[in-house]
Amino acid sequence: METIEETLKQTALTEVHTRLGAKMVPFAGYLMPVQYEGITAEHQTVRNGIGVFDVSHMGEFIFKGPNALDLIQRTTSNDASRLFVGKVQYSCIPNEQGGIVDDLLVYRVEENVYMLVVNASNMEKDWNWFMKNNTKGVEMHNISDKTTLLAVQGPKAVDVLQPLTDMDLKSMEYYTFQKGKFAGVDNVLVSATGYTGAGGFEIYFETVSSQKIWDAVFESGKPFRIKPVGLGARDTLRLEMGFCLYGNDIDDTTSPLEAGLGWITKFTKDFTAKNILLQQKEKGVSRKLVGFEMIDRGIPRQHYEITDKEGNIIGEVTSGTQSPSLQKAIGMGYVKTEYSKENTEIFIRVRNNLLKAVVVKIPFYRK
Amino acid sequence: MNFPDNLRYTKDHEWIRTEGKEAVVGITDFAQGELGDIVFVDLNTPGKPLAAGDVFGTIEAVKTVSDMFMPVSGKVIAVNSALKDNAAVVNSDPYGDGWMVRIEITNAAESDSLLSAADYKKLIGA
Repeated sequence: METIEETLKQTALTEVHTRLGAKMVPFAGYLMPVQYEGITAEHQTVRNGIGVFDVSHMGEFIFKGPNALDLIQRTTSNDASRLFVGKVQYSCIPNEQGGIVDDLLVYRVEENVYMLVVNASNMEKDWNWFMKNNTKGVEMHNISDKTTLLAVQGPKAVDVLQPLTDMDLKSMEYYTFQKGKFAGVDNVLVSATGYTGAGGFEIYFETVSSQKIWDAVFESGKPFRIKPVGLGARDTLRLEMGFCLYGNDIDDTTSPLEAGLGWITKFTKDFTAKNILLQQKEKGVSRKLVGFEMIDRGIPRQHYEITDKEGNIIGEVTSGTQSPSLQKAIGMGYVKTEYSKENTEIFIRVRNNLLKAVVVKIPFYRK
Repeated sequence: MNFPDNLRYTKDHEWIRTEGKEAVVGITDFAQGELGDIVFVDLNTPGKPLAAGDVFGTIEAVKTVSDMFMPVSGKVIAVNSALKDNAAVVNSDPYGDGWMVRIEITNAAESDSLLSAADYKKLIGA
């Protein structure tokens, strides 16, 4: 009989996680660590110290050639022409209806070489989307299977990682990166990015060096009590920052403008569904993604109804949790635009009770 | 993981300790481990008669939410009000301070279908 594990992909570090006592769960076709000692403790490790996530399930595509920028410009919403070599950009791939195929990071690695980092769950969909749009012979490579990605996050990240490389990490600006030697391994890309709001770096390298780099990072991090962190805490950390998670807060049916991603939607260039999105911008959208805090006791979860005082449905929860840093229940969801203003009272239907909540500004968590 | 021999268990991961016509109910060590950090326990108001398998409360962990089911038919006569301020005790002491409700059993014969510690361990593969 076929077991679930046999059909799931593993990362190069799966055995390491298991040995460290991780609870492994299926996620986007991979067997991934969801937690080691517990979500709350791991969350605090990242906020206050340093933690390491294995996020090798993420997809990495390389686009090469003189028309690489043209392909990226036509398929993504942000303006990639503003990227210099060593600069990263958050962006999204709109579909023809103005929904979102995926959100992603775009790296300009060399003059005519870009790396696109996409969600594991969308890797095939994205790849086919780019293939379909690749009308001008851009060289495309999917390097996901031979790439390991570690997110080393937290205020102690510079202290831990700087001794391992000559690249100047201390002065590396947010959303920039360098490529160089790291822990004795060549061609390591170190990027001042992350999904936690805690500061730190994301490190991309060839899978063959996984154990070597993992060990070097943990050895250097020992005095700072470095710990492995699972996807559970990654979710609570990103939600405290109000960062969107594809499949929860954004998907094929939500527009970047509804999702508050107008800042990565640049109408100064041509791209998929530009006219639809421009019209939304000019006329306004009928629903908006908002952050909210619970006032009554209860935890909002994905797909719970959002209502007005009378119980009329005005939207739906897309993400929710108990915030470990704030010690209160927080969530995000789409509401009719007239309910999207800060301080608006809304209600969440939790097991048939209407619990009071209030629309707040994101990020929920500020240092 | 710890599964005391003096308790009986359900397939839904509750434990029950019978004390005459009354019983104390909680969730197992396995259940608290699977749920992870428990932040909030929502228990039905005492007094309502419930059938075996009825929901008597809900547990909210950081990651997920889970209902709790009556191991046998009965009436909830008391809830563990200490959980209101410290639900995490369910993680640290699931069989002691982390108990959920005290019930009055209405049909003692139902207890026969509950699992022994050995059966429960087999069920979860421990």
